[in-house]
Amino acid sequence: MSTFSLSDTTGVGAGRTASASRAAALRAFLRECGAGVAASLAWLAFGLSCLLWSDIGDWSRTPSLGIGALVVAAVTLLTTFSADYLGGIGHALRNRAPWILALGMFFTLWELATAKFAWLPLPFFPPPQAIIEVYTDDLPKLLDSVLASVKLQLGGYVIGAALGFVTGVSIGWSRGIGYWVHPVLRFIGPLPATAWLPIAFFTFPSSWSASTFLIALATGFPVTVLTWSGVASVSNAYYDVARTLGAKPSFLVLKVAIPAALPHVFVGLFMGLGSSFAVLVVAEMIGVKAGLGWYLQWAQGWAAYANMYAALIVMSLLCSGAITLLFTIRDRLLVWQKGVVKW
Amino acid sequence: MVAQALAEQIAYPAVGASLDVENVSHAFDIDGAALPVLEDISLMVEPGEFVALLGPSGCGKSTLLRLVGGLEPPRAGVLREDDISIKGPHPSRVVVFQDPTLFPWRTVWDNVALGLEAQGILGQHRSRVDAALDLVGLSTFRNAYPHQLSGGMAQRAALARALVNDPKILILDEPLGKLDSLTRITMQAELVSLWQRKGFTTLLVTHDAEEALVLANRVIVLSERPARIKADIKVQRPHPRHRGDPYLADLRKQILNLLGLDATW
Repeated sequence: MSTFSLSDTTGVGAGRTASASRAAALRAFLRECGAGVAASLAWLAFGLSCLLWSDIGDWSRTPSLGIGALVVAAVTLLTTFSADYLGGIGHALRNRAPWILALGMFFTLWELATAKFAWLPLPFFPPPQAIIEVYTDDLPKLLDSVLASVKLQLGGYVIGAALGFVTGVSIGWSRGIGYWVHPVLRFIGPLPATAWLPIAFFTFPSSWSASTFLIALATGFPVTVLTWSGVASVSNAYYDVARTLGAKPSFLVLKVAIPAALPHVFVGLFMGLGSSFAVLVVAEMIGVKAGLGWYLQWAQGWAAYANMYAALIVMSLLCSGAITLLFTIRDRLLVWQKGVVKW
Repeated sequence: MVAQALAEQIAYPAVGASLDVENVSHAFDIDGAALPVLEDISLMVEPGEFVALLGPSGCGKSTLLRLVGGLEPPRAGVLREDDISIKGPHPSRVVVFQDPTLFPWRTVWDNVALGLEAQGILGQHRSRVDAALDLVGLSTFRNAYPHQLSGGMAQRAALARALVNDPKILILDEPLGKLDSLTRITMQAELVSLWQRKGFTTLLVTHDAEEALVLANRVIVLSERPARIKADIKVQRPHPRHRGDPYLADLRKQILNLLGLDATW
């Protein structure tokens, strides 16, 4: 009896450990692949939501969108299971699985709320397929607008940043220049660049040059002020060291003041970038007959709401791309700050 | 590496200059009132001498160094290097400050190269930078940024930055003041051996009597602000000196007496 009961208990114990290890394996699987599987299901739902019901409006891209969503679901599922064989890419995808899941759920909800059941009032809230349609059918016009915006923004920003940098260094370095420029800066700087808009558009020969001026102005002010404060805050000890080693004034400016002020300059460049975007869009909406701001205005005039959302998405991609680019340049130039400053 | 450093020394022999401080007085303007810092200081330093300036803190020792460095002109009196009056900074008189003040945006190598670059002669003399780094034992840290260095290494880099110019007068403004006591003792020994090998005139400001006595040939004791010369003491002992030497202990007692510390130690 006792032997039986003993073997019984061991049997039960083994069963318990087996089920416990199965549970542990399941937990490990869920931890590793759960989000990926859920993300795949969300995109599957999105695809089915496109294909199962018929649209209440007239959109031509619904079937392709549905198939596209199903493809995303399949790819997500495959990469989730083969992440270990895909190396870096697989793990990057696995890390982003919660975001893929959230996006899939968002798109499903969006699809149902607009194209299928019209829970949101229709012309103002277009479904995803309407925005896809803009990208496929109105691409040339959209690309032209992007090109015009980038050209205008880049020209104005480069001019404004260069002038602001030079002005900032001069007033930070020379008391004489500071005496004259500082009050002007105080007086004009805080004025929003858009306030110049009406004047700029009739004093400048073209709306393009007027907008370039305004963007340069919006960029120049923060760059000037921060470059100036950067140069002014350089410790005298650095100048003393350089002077005892035989540095001439030009060396003190170029090799001491400017590198020491560079972190401040970049703060100014970031601020200038933000305010110049605002000026760009306003200038394009009001005066320039090209660019994304103009496209937005034009789409509104025709009540083409899908075009507006499409342009807005492109605009936000461009702006965040510009910020990312500036960050990359800063990281390259200010490598020495790593370890000094918390990033 | 050592051979290279030695070759550099032979290629660029540096011989100390004489320094002549004649009736120098100086004052600072504070809220419109002149605050006298130096009062009628006269001092002759022979070429190759190691002179320590010792005095209570805030007495104006560092101001005297700034005048010798040419960073400021004196209110009255003349300073001469090898009988030529000092009008401004010159790489033949390099100052090493209490803080290493390395440029954080430059690597150690680029920091040491600063003087040669400022004079526009870096192109032909890149090997001097390597030699100076060898001299202070920082060759392996040539590509490091200053924030990656310890306090002692940073100060050694600052020393290399001064030495690469082959100064005739090396001006040291409490360069070891912020180091821990162990690093400090090692650096003192390194300083003496550098001075012996290179032969430059050295002017060292310190408020540590022992440091002055271990390093210098001559200790100038200054009074409270405005600084006047209280005593000019010759230290007649060869290097390396022993810290427990009764002769030095005697001098130390004498100096602390002059600084008004007789009752407390």
